[in-house]
Amino acid sequence: MLHTDLAPAGAGAVSPELAPLTAVPLRVNDFAFKMGTVNGTGSASANSLLMQALFRMGIPVCGKNVFPSNIQGLPTWYEIRVSREGYLARTPHFDLVVALNPATYARDVAEVEPGGYLLYDSSWPLDPALHRDDIRFLGVPMGQMCVERFERPRDRVLMKNIVYVGALAALLDIDTEVIRQIQEERFGHKPRLLDANFLAIQLGVDFARAHFPCPLPIRVQAMDANRDHVLLDGNTAAALGCLYAGATVGAWYPITPATSLMDAFAGFCQRFRVDPETGRNRYAILQAEDELAAAGMAIGAGWMGARAFTNTAGPGISLMSEFLGLAYYAEIPAVIFDIQRCGPSTGMPTRTQQADLLSIAYASHGDTKHIALFPANPEECFHFAVRAFDLAERFQTPVFVASDLDIGMNDWLCRRLEWDDAYRPDRGKVLGAEQLERLEKFHRYLDLDGDGIAARTLPGTHPKGAFFTRGSGHNKFGGYTESSAEYAEVMERLARKLEGAALAVPAALAERAEGAELGIVTLGGCDAAVREAVDRLRATGIPLDYLRVRGFPFGPEVRAFLEAHPRCFVVEQNRDAQLRSLLVLETGICPERLLSILDFGGLPLSAERVVRDVQNHLAGASA
Amino acid sequence: MTSIAKPQIRHPGLQTNALGLTRRDYEGSMSTLCAGCGHDSVTAAIVQAFWELDIPPHRVAKLSGIGCSSKTPTYFLGQAHGFNSVHGRMPSIVSGANAANRDLVYIGVSGDGDSLSIGLGQLCHAIRRNVQMLYVLENNGVYGLTKGQFSASADVGSRAKRGEVNAQRPIDPVLLALTLGATFVARGFSGDKAQLVPILKAGLVHRGFALVDVVSPCVTFNDHEGSTKSYRSTRERHHELASVDFVPLRHEITAPPSEGATTVRMHDGSVVRFRKVDADYDPTDPDAAYAHVRASLERGEVATGLLYVESGLPEMHDLANTVEKPLVDLSFEQLCPGSAALEELQRDWR
Repeated sequence: MLHTDLAPAGAGAVSPELAPLTAVPLRVNDFAFKMGTVNGTGSASANSLLMQALFRMGIPVCGKNVFPSNIQGLPTWYEIRVSREGYLARTPHFDLVVALNPATYARDVAEVEPGGYLLYDSSWPLDPALHRDDIRFLGVPMGQMCVERFERPRDRVLMKNIVYVGALAALLDIDTEVIRQIQEERFGHKPRLLDANFLAIQLGVDFARAHFPCPLPIRVQAMDANRDHVLLDGNTAAALGCLYAGATVGAWYPITPATSLMDAFAGFCQRFRVDPETGRNRYAILQAEDELAAAGMAIGAGWMGARAFTNTAGPGISLMSEFLGLAYYAEIPAVIFDIQRCGPSTGMPTRTQQADLLSIAYASHGDTKHIALFPANPEECFHFAVRAFDLAERFQTPVFVASDLDIGMNDWLCRRLEWDDAYRPDRGKVLGAEQLERLEKFHRYLDLDGDGIAARTLPGTHPKGAFFTRGSGHNKFGGYTESSAEYAEVMERLARKLEGAALAVPAALAERAEGAELGIVTLGGCDAAVREAVDRLRATGIPLDYLRVRGFPFGPEVRAFLEAHPRCFVVEQNRDAQLRSLLVLETGICPERLLSILDFGGLPLSAERVVRDVQNHLAGASA
Repeated sequence: MTSIAKPQIRHPGLQTNALGLTRRDYEGSMSTLCAGCGHDSVTAAIVQAFWELDIPPHRVAKLSGIGCSSKTPTYFLGQAHGFNSVHGRMPSIVSGANAANRDLVYIGVSGDGDSLSIGLGQLCHAIRRNVQMLYVLENNGVYGLTKGQFSASADVGSRAKRGEVNAQRPIDPVLLALTLGATFVARGFSGDKAQLVPILKAGLVHRGFALVDVVSPCVTFNDHEGSTKSYRSTRERHHELASVDFVPLRHEITAPPSEGATTVRMHDGSVVRFRKVDADYDPTDPDAAYAHVRASLERGEVATGLLYVESGLPEMHDLANTVEKPLVDLSFEQLCPGSAALEELQRDWR
């Protein structure tokens, strides 16, 4: 502990509020702040209140929850960035830090940008050793005020968080009416709780206005940028995609950061999938004994003709590998959501990464290749989830939706989701009873259309539809084989089938820049940071053409982009440049033409990091 | 697995069941197992049970893991969809398949390696989930396809063909299932088809998970002197605790119950009638069943029969509260809430 030798309240050597203010330039809707708290103390609700208030003020806002793998008592941070220009990537530069966790005071003080602010609970004095001349300390006696004004011990703890929301509202000029309205929506049915929340906000607002020059030069101002947007996390969006795609079987084993996907699916199903007459469920959620079984259940249900999925993270992918090879070889649809987290092994379960790319692309022993979709935000999580079920059934194979912790668990400013009521599931080639009746004989793996996809039948349909599904060597008729030629014939067809899938996955998105010679390539959640970096680099005279890969196997546009640029930066969140490896393996591009920018510490990528690395590469190249 | 199609020769006098099908219609490809393999006798009993129950073959899903026993679904019900999955993982495939389509009849065939080692967890959790299926465990104490290593069901003191003696205690699937709260637990012997067929039939109509452990000797690697899973040893130690009559729903029960008989009414109205061989055996009392089976194992006997049955407990779909109609038969309109609902949902996310 840092502060065992703290002086008693009121006797602190630092009188931060009284420090003279130096001139700070006005920055409206363009700054970042964060809250350092102890997990399990109620700060999550306060932080989401801040996010929602800023969102409703029409200001582009981004929130990142940096939380521990723990239930109660460890440090946790919530970072909020407002950007009038709509940049939604994480920024590592904080103009204001709310320090409520003595265990991290030193780090929190150190992380304030010069000229910035530290807001802390001044019920106890701050260790003088933490003093910095280049920032301002704003002490609010949150704990003390809560003890004085709230009776219940629980309120005294929880309301401290709401007090800092009030203080921030005054300091940053957040509309308190908007905050009140959200509180009414949240607690309107619990008058006592609502009153306590109102009071806590007022305590914070009043204290800040009385003691500090409010608002600060960093402040917000209402805009109208969020009209067609919602605040949504990727796991909820993906669950909604499963609901809308008509998925009926969800099998899973609890794992961070994928758990909230099935929780959301269960919630949606309770709302939309209960038979009104019988009260019974038009879905089945199976919590399996492990990820192996979860994969087996999804495959079993897919074999039977249901749209089935499982949600997991890296450790689950490792366990599922055997089954994924079976589904690939026996050609059974299944959708796997991989909400990637930091590996290897248990790694850092509450930090984000894109380090499952290689294990997804070629999961399982033997020659395999899998379709994968890479959503960059919750909106794509929704649409790609639907697309994944269509692709899985059309190509009769497992399809991955490779999201990550940042997309999956953080609230994102997201374009309002739209649904086309004309949508109908693409069930692929499935022979019904009438078609089977007309057939002389059904053969499971005959490629009659030349697209590598053979028609399948569902169990129970018709006596002629029966065949033996197997992971052992089989010929094109579905029979067991140990013949080299028969085996190879099926394997070659599977390769052809996957080549076709490259044209059906979401195409990579390219954005050309005037005068650009170099390219920059990324995927998934890096999009926001890379876009921002591209803008900033352009402003410094470095135009880059931008390509965001959205599906695997790569479509021809990916290779064309790489070949059109003598050098491309490849930005990704893993140590070993897995996307770059995939690009080299799959497109045959010369490895020297791809320059890696790797960020794998577990936090969402920032534009600063990309800009710096691009500049360093270029400086190194010209030196 | 290799398989050879059978010649289609039909004797005009072959008996038909209520569907007009002969036993031949319930067969599959020719077995490629070793001549005399116990598993082929179990296959014949399975054919007989399905035929006698008049189950349309194409309404059956037959699944297995990996191993000699797991090859056998190819040898019965050629008109049923089969799934030879991965080693020890058949129960999860069945769970997912059954979740999707509850209207089919599910049979899983597994072995002692598949069920009691690599797939022990999946077996336990299928029992716990009470997924409706007949689970046939063809138990021979050895790994056949890899040439004779002991399995987890090998008895202490049993001698392998190459001479080594097993020292590790076995996992007994019957005791395991009773411990886990299984609702249907039986043991048979591949050499006693008359006993096995009614057990399989009762297992097929049981609502929930029905485990049938069948001692099924491996003629190639475990049928020698010193093996406790040989034909000879099993015949000598085979001790029937409760012999079973299975009376299907539509058959009237005419014979009066014999003295001391117990009847259990199955979910579909069929009746299982136990004729007690051991006077004090009660197949509806799990604790007594456990104690009795355990004591008989200690004595070196192989207790057989329908050892425990409990009708009326919720199976997987009851626990999940799913609709009666198979999920695969629901229309897209019943599944997708549409654009208006999405609009409404999103009002909460602002």
